[in-house]
Amino acid sequence: MSHASSSAGHDVHGESHGSFGSYLVGFVISVVLTAAAFAAVMMHAMSPGVTIGVISALAVVQIFVHVIYFLHMNGSSAQAWNRICFFFAVGCCLIIVFGVLFVMHDTSMNMMSR
Amino acid sequence: MAHEATMPPVAGGHDDHEHHESPVVFGFWVYLMTDCILFGTLFAAFATLRHQYAGGPSGKEIFELGGVALETAILLLSSITFGFGALAAHAQKKGAFLGWLGITFLLGLSFVGLELREFTHMIAEGNGPDRSAFLSAFFTLVATHGLHVSTGLIWILVVMVQSLGGGAGPPRVMSKLTCLSLFWHFLDIVWICVFTFVYLLSVI
Repeated sequence: MSHASSSAGHDVHGESHGSFGSYLVGFVISVVLTAAAFAAVMMHAMSPGVTIGVISALAVVQIFVHVIYFLHMNGSSAQAWNRICFFFAVGCCLIIVFGVLFVMHDTSMNMMSR
Repeated sequence: MAHEATMPPVAGGHDDHEHHESPVVFGFWVYLMTDCILFGTLFAAFATLRHQYAGGPSGKEIFELGGVALETAILLLSSITFGFGALAAHAQKKGAFLGWLGITFLLGLSFVGLELREFTHMIAEGNGPDRSAFLSAFFTLVATHGLHVSTGLIWILVVMVQSLGGGAGPPRVMSKLTCLSLFWHFLDIVWICVFTFVYLLSVI
Protein backbone atom coordinates (compact mmCIF):
# COMPACT_ATOMS: atom_id res chain seq x y z
CA MET A 1 0.00 0.00 0.00
CA SER A 2 2.01 2.96 -1.23
CA HIS A 3 -1.02 5.12 -0.42
CA ALA A 4 -0.85 4.26 3.28
CA SER A 5 2.82 5.15 3.59
CA SER A 6 2.55 8.34 1.53
CA SER A 7 -0.46 9.69 3.41
CA ALA A 8 1.09 8.96 6.79
CA GLY A 9 3.61 11.74 6.24
CA HIS A 10 1.24 14.69 6.07
CA ASP A 11 -1.59 13.82 8.41
CA VAL A 12 -2.99 16.39 10.74
CA HIS A 13 -5.07 14.57 13.31
CA GLY A 14 -3.30 11.22 13.17
CA GLU A 15 -5.91 10.08 10.67
CA SER A 16 -5.04 9.87 7.01
CA HIS A 17 -7.20 11.49 4.38
CA GLY A 18 -5.67 10.21 1.16
CA SER A 19 -4.56 12.14 -1.90
CA PHE A 20 -5.87 12.85 -5.38
CA GLY A 21 -3.89 9.87 -6.62
CA SER A 22 -5.26 7.41 -4.07
CA TYR A 23 -8.85 8.57 -4.68
CA LEU A 24 -8.38 8.15 -8.44
CA VAL A 25 -6.84 4.68 -8.04
CA GLY A 26 -9.72 3.60 -5.79
CA PHE A 27 -12.27 5.09 -8.18
CA VAL A 28 -10.81 3.36 -11.26
CA ILE A 29 -10.63 -0.03 -9.50
CA SER A 30 -14.24 0.40 -8.29
CA VAL A 31 -15.48 1.28 -11.78
CA VAL A 32 -13.77 -1.79 -13.24
CA LEU A 33 -15.17 -4.09 -10.52
CA THR A 34 -18.70 -2.64 -10.84
CA ALA A 35 -18.67 -2.90 -14.64
CA ALA A 36 -17.41 -6.49 -14.37
CA ALA A 37 -20.28 -7.41 -12.01
CA PHE A 38 -22.93 -5.88 -14.30
CA ALA A 39 -21.32 -7.46 -17.39
CA ALA A 40 -21.21 -10.89 -15.74
CA VAL A 41 -24.97 -10.74 -15.16
CA MET A 42 -26.09 -8.97 -18.35
CA MET A 43 -24.04 -11.09 -20.80
CA HIS A 44 -25.40 -14.43 -19.49
CA ALA A 45 -22.04 -15.99 -20.37
CA MET A 46 -21.81 -18.18 -17.26
CA SER A 47 -24.10 -20.59 -15.46
CA PRO A 48 -26.24 -19.01 -12.68
CA GLY A 49 -24.22 -20.70 -9.93
CA VAL A 50 -20.89 -19.46 -11.28
CA THR A 51 -22.32 -15.97 -11.87
CA ILE A 52 -23.47 -15.75 -8.23
CA GLY A 53 -19.98 -16.73 -7.06
CA VAL A 54 -18.32 -14.23 -9.37
CA ILE A 55 -20.47 -11.20 -8.45
CA SER A 56 -20.21 -12.05 -4.71
CA ALA A 57 -16.42 -12.17 -4.97
CA LEU A 58 -16.39 -8.88 -6.94
CA ALA A 59 -18.55 -7.24 -4.25
CA VAL A 60 -16.26 -8.38 -1.42
CA VAL A 61 -13.18 -7.12 -3.26
CA GLN A 62 -14.87 -3.78 -4.00
CA ILE A 63 -15.89 -3.36 -0.35
CA PHE A 64 -12.24 -3.69 0.69
CA VAL A 65 -11.16 -1.29 -2.08
CA HIS A 66 -13.63 1.30 -0.74
CA VAL A 67 -12.59 0.74 2.87
CA ILE A 68 -8.90 1.19 2.03
CA TYR A 69 -9.05 4.00 -0.55
CA PHE A 70 -12.15 5.98 0.56
CA LEU A 71 -12.52 5.25 4.28
CA HIS A 72 -8.69 5.28 4.61
CA MET A 73 -8.51 2.30 6.92
CA ASN A 74 -4.92 1.10 7.12
CA GLY A 75 -2.64 -1.03 9.25
CA SER A 76 -1.35 1.80 11.45
CA SER A 77 -1.42 1.48 15.23
CA ALA A 78 -3.49 4.70 15.39
CA GLN A 79 -6.39 2.83 13.82
CA ALA A 80 -6.24 -0.33 15.91
CA TRP A 81 -9.62 0.33 17.54
CA ASN A 82 -11.20 1.29 14.21
CA ARG A 83 -10.06 -2.05 12.80
CA ILE A 84 -11.35 -3.99 15.81
CA CYS A 85 -14.77 -2.29 15.53
CA PHE A 86 -14.85 -2.88 11.78
CA PHE A 87 -14.08 -6.58 11.92
CA PHE A 88 -16.43 -7.06 14.89
CA ALA A 89 -19.26 -5.43 12.91
CA VAL A 90 -18.44 -7.47 9.81
CA GLY A 91 -18.44 -10.62 11.95
CA CYS A 92 -21.83 -9.67 13.44
CA CYS A 93 -23.27 -9.11 9.97
CA LEU A 94 -21.97 -12.47 8.72
CA ILE A 95 -23.44 -14.28 11.75
CA ILE A 96 -26.79 -12.52 11.28
CA VAL A 97 -27.03 -13.13 7.53
CA PHE A 98 -25.76 -16.70 7.40
CA GLY A 99 -27.40 -17.62 10.72
CA VAL A 100 -30.79 -16.41 9.47
CA LEU A 101 -30.35 -18.17 6.12
CA PHE A 102 -29.34 -21.42 7.86
CA VAL A 103 -32.23 -21.34 10.34
CA MET A 104 -34.84 -20.39 7.75
CA HIS A 105 -33.56 -22.97 5.27
CA ASP A 106 -33.78 -25.71 7.89
CA THR A 107 -37.22 -24.49 8.91
CA SER A 108 -38.60 -24.60 5.39
CA MET A 109 -37.04 -28.01 4.80
CA ASN A 110 -38.53 -29.49 7.97
CA MET A 111 -41.90 -27.82 7.47
CA MET A 112 -42.01 -29.20 3.91
CA SER A 113 -43.04 -25.75 2.71
CA ARG A 114 -40.98 -26.07 -0.46
CA MET B 1 -7.72 32.48 5.52
CA ALA B 2 -4.23 33.24 6.76
CA HIS B 3 -5.19 32.57 10.37
CA GLU B 4 -6.20 29.04 9.48
CA ALA B 5 -2.66 28.21 8.53
CA THR B 6 -2.00 27.87 12.26
CA MET B 7 -4.75 25.27 12.59
CA PRO B 8 -2.73 22.03 12.66
CA PRO B 9 -0.73 22.81 15.84
CA VAL B 10 -3.92 23.97 17.56
CA ALA B 11 -5.86 20.88 16.54
CA GLY B 12 -3.13 18.44 17.50
CA GLY B 13 -1.41 20.39 20.21
CA HIS B 14 -0.63 17.38 22.39
CA ASP B 15 2.35 15.21 21.59
CA ASP B 16 0.59 11.88 21.27
CA HIS B 17 -1.78 13.01 18.53
CA GLU B 18 -0.23 10.54 16.14
CA HIS B 19 -1.51 7.63 18.17
CA HIS B 20 -5.17 8.60 18.45
CA GLU B 21 -7.55 10.29 16.09
CA SER B 22 -10.12 12.69 17.46
CA PRO B 23 -12.63 10.99 19.82
CA VAL B 24 -15.48 12.52 17.81
CA VAL B 25 -14.35 10.78 14.65
CA PHE B 26 -13.79 7.49 16.44
CA GLY B 27 -17.24 7.72 18.07
CA PHE B 28 -18.77 8.33 14.68
CA TRP B 29 -16.88 5.34 13.31
CA VAL B 30 -18.46 3.17 16.02
CA TYR B 31 -21.90 4.55 15.07
CA LEU B 32 -21.23 3.58 11.45
CA MET B 33 -20.41 0.04 12.54
CA THR B 34 -23.77 -0.20 14.35
CA ASP B 35 -25.39 1.11 11.16
CA CYS B 36 -23.57 -1.69 9.35
CA ILE B 37 -25.32 -4.22 11.62
CA LEU B 38 -28.68 -2.51 10.96
CA PHE B 39 -28.17 -3.05 7.24
CA GLY B 40 -26.95 -6.60 7.95
CA THR B 41 -30.30 -7.44 9.55
CA LEU B 42 -32.21 -5.91 6.64
CA PHE B 43 -30.10 -7.89 4.16
CA ALA B 44 -30.77 -11.04 6.19
CA ALA B 45 -34.53 -10.33 6.02
CA PHE B 46 -34.32 -9.77 2.28
CA ALA B 47 -32.24 -12.92 1.73
CA THR B 48 -34.87 -14.94 3.60
CA LEU B 49 -37.87 -13.49 1.75
CA ARG B 50 -36.44 -13.04 -1.75
CA HIS B 51 -38.46 -15.92 -3.20
CA GLN B 52 -41.74 -15.23 -1.35
CA TYR B 53 -43.57 -13.67 -4.29
CA ALA B 54 -47.13 -14.49 -3.12
CA GLY B 55 -48.17 -14.72 -6.77
CA GLY B 56 -46.70 -11.30 -7.47
CA PRO B 57 -43.82 -10.41 -9.77
CA SER B 58 -40.27 -11.66 -9.27
CA GLY B 59 -37.25 -9.38 -9.26
CA LYS B 60 -36.37 -10.47 -12.76
CA GLU B 61 -39.68 -9.10 -14.05
CA ILE B 62 -39.62 -5.67 -12.40
CA PHE B 63 -35.96 -4.63 -11.95
CA GLU B 64 -34.47 -2.50 -14.71
CA LEU B 65 -30.71 -2.97 -14.63
CA GLY B 66 -30.11 0.09 -16.78
CA GLY B 67 -31.52 2.39 -14.11
CA VAL B 68 -29.62 0.54 -11.39
CA ALA B 69 -26.36 0.89 -13.34
CA LEU B 70 -27.01 4.64 -13.66
CA GLU B 71 -27.71 4.97 -9.91
CA THR B 72 -24.53 3.00 -9.18
CA ALA B 73 -22.45 5.21 -11.48
CA ILE B 74 -23.88 8.39 -9.89
CA LEU B 75 -23.17 7.22 -6.34
CA LEU B 76 -19.65 6.07 -7.23
CA LEU B 77 -18.95 9.40 -8.93
CA SER B 78 -20.28 11.27 -5.89
CA SER B 79 -17.82 9.34 -3.71
CA ILE B 80 -14.82 10.64 -5.61
CA THR B 81 -16.17 14.20 -5.90
CA PHE B 82 -16.68 14.20 -2.13
CA GLY B 83 -13.13 12.91 -1.72
CA PHE B 84 -11.80 15.78 -3.83
CA GLY B 85 -13.89 18.20 -1.73
CA ALA B 86 -12.37 16.83 1.48
CA LEU B 87 -8.87 17.16 0.01
CA ALA B 88 -9.64 20.78 -0.96
CA ALA B 89 -10.80 21.43 2.62
CA HIS B 90 -7.57 19.98 4.03
CA ALA B 91 -5.64 22.21 1.63
CA GLN B 92 -7.70 25.21 2.92
CA LYS B 93 -9.12 25.90 -0.56
CA LYS B 94 -12.60 27.09 0.33
CA GLY B 95 -13.85 27.73 -3.22
CA ALA B 96 -12.82 24.32 -4.52
CA PHE B 97 -14.25 22.70 -1.37
CA LEU B 98 -17.66 24.33 -1.86
CA GLY B 99 -17.63 23.51 -5.57
CA TRP B 100 -16.86 19.82 -5.09
CA LEU B 101 -19.41 19.52 -2.28
CA GLY B 102 -22.01 21.25 -4.46
CA ILE B 103 -21.37 18.71 -7.23
CA THR B 104 -21.59 15.88 -4.69
CA PHE B 105 -24.91 17.26 -3.46
CA LEU B 106 -26.35 17.39 -6.98
CA LEU B 107 -25.18 13.83 -7.71
CA GLY B 108 -26.71 12.58 -4.45
CA LEU B 109 -29.93 14.45 -5.21
CA SER B 110 -30.18 12.85 -8.66
CA PHE B 111 -29.57 9.44 -7.06
CA VAL B 112 -32.46 9.96 -4.63
CA GLY B 113 -34.58 11.32 -7.50
CA LEU B 114 -33.93 8.23 -9.65
CA GLU B 115 -34.72 5.95 -6.72
CA LEU B 116 -37.98 7.77 -5.98
CA ARG B 117 -38.92 7.56 -9.67
CA GLU B 118 -38.25 3.80 -9.60
CA PHE B 119 -40.36 3.42 -6.43
CA THR B 120 -43.32 5.45 -7.72
CA HIS B 121 -43.16 3.55 -11.01
CA MET B 122 -43.30 0.21 -9.17
CA ILE B 123 -46.11 1.32 -6.85
CA ALA B 124 -48.12 2.70 -9.79
CA GLU B 125 -47.96 -0.71 -11.43
CA GLY B 126 -49.36 -2.35 -8.29
CA ASN B 127 -45.98 -3.67 -7.15
CA GLY B 128 -45.79 -1.66 -3.94
CA PRO B 129 -44.40 -2.89 -0.63
CA ASP B 130 -47.77 -4.46 0.25
CA ARG B 131 -47.76 -6.76 -2.81
CA SER B 132 -45.55 -9.57 -1.44
CA ALA B 133 -43.01 -10.34 1.28
CA PHE B 134 -40.28 -10.07 -1.35
CA LEU B 135 -41.35 -6.51 -2.19
CA SER B 136 -41.79 -5.56 1.49
CA ALA B 137 -38.22 -6.63 2.20
CA PHE B 138 -36.99 -4.91 -0.97
CA PHE B 139 -38.64 -1.58 -0.17
CA THR B 140 -37.54 -1.66 3.48
CA LEU B 141 -33.91 -2.33 2.59
CA VAL B 142 -33.54 0.02 -0.37
CA ALA B 143 -35.61 2.82 1.18
CA THR B 144 -33.53 2.66 4.39
CA HIS B 145 -30.45 3.21 2.25
CA GLY B 146 -32.21 6.02 0.39
CA LEU B 147 -33.17 7.63 3.71
CA HIS B 148 -29.51 7.55 4.76
CA VAL B 149 -28.50 9.22 1.48
CA SER B 150 -31.18 11.90 2.00
CA THR B 151 -29.83 12.52 5.52
CA GLY B 152 -26.35 12.81 4.01
CA LEU B 153 -27.66 15.41 1.55
CA ILE B 154 -29.05 17.57 4.37
CA TRP B 155 -25.77 17.16 6.23
CA ILE B 156 -23.77 18.26 3.16
CA LEU B 157 -25.87 21.43 2.98
CA VAL B 158 -25.33 22.10 6.69
CA VAL B 159 -21.55 21.68 6.40
CA MET B 160 -21.48 23.95 3.33
CA VAL B 161 -23.44 26.67 5.13
CA GLN B 162 -21.31 26.34 8.27
CA SER B 163 -18.09 26.68 6.30
CA LEU B 164 -19.53 29.77 4.57
CA GLY B 165 -20.22 31.51 7.84
CA GLY B 166 -16.98 30.45 9.46
CA GLY B 167 -18.55 30.88 12.89
CA ALA B 168 -17.39 27.55 14.27
CA GLY B 169 -13.68 27.03 14.74
CA PRO B 170 -11.89 25.28 11.86
CA PRO B 171 -10.99 22.16 13.92
CA ARG B 172 -14.65 21.56 14.71
CA VAL B 173 -15.65 21.99 11.05
CA MET B 174 -12.88 19.63 9.98
CA SER B 175 -13.88 16.84 12.35
CA LYS B 176 -17.52 17.24 11.23
CA LEU B 177 -16.35 17.03 7.64
CA THR B 178 -14.36 13.86 8.41
CA CYS B 179 -17.49 12.28 9.95
CA LEU B 180 -19.60 13.26 6.94
CA SER B 181 -16.92 11.87 4.63
CA LEU B 182 -16.98 8.52 6.45
CA PHE B 183 -20.80 8.52 6.32
CA TRP B 184 -20.94 9.25 2.59
CA HIS B 185 -18.34 6.62 1.64
CA PHE B 186 -20.00 4.10 3.97
CA LEU B 187 -23.31 4.54 2.10
CA ASP B 188 -21.53 3.72 -1.14
CA ILE B 189 -20.29 0.47 0.43
CA VAL B 190 -23.86 -0.42 1.45
CA TRP B 191 -24.93 0.31 -2.13
CA ILE B 192 -22.33 -2.21 -3.42
CA CYS B 193 -24.17 -4.87 -1.41
CA VAL B 194 -27.56 -3.57 -2.61
CA PHE B 195 -26.81 -3.67 -6.33
CA THR B 196 -25.00 -7.01 -6.01
CA PHE B 197 -27.21 -8.99 -3.66
CA VAL B 198 -30.59 -7.35 -4.36
CA TYR B 199 -30.65 -6.31 -8.01
CA LEU B 200 -28.05 -8.46 -9.79
CA LEU B 201 -28.79 -11.60 -7.78
CA SER B 202 -32.53 -11.30 -8.48
CA VAL B 203 -31.97 -10.90 -12.21
CA ILE B 204 -29.65 -13.91 -12.68
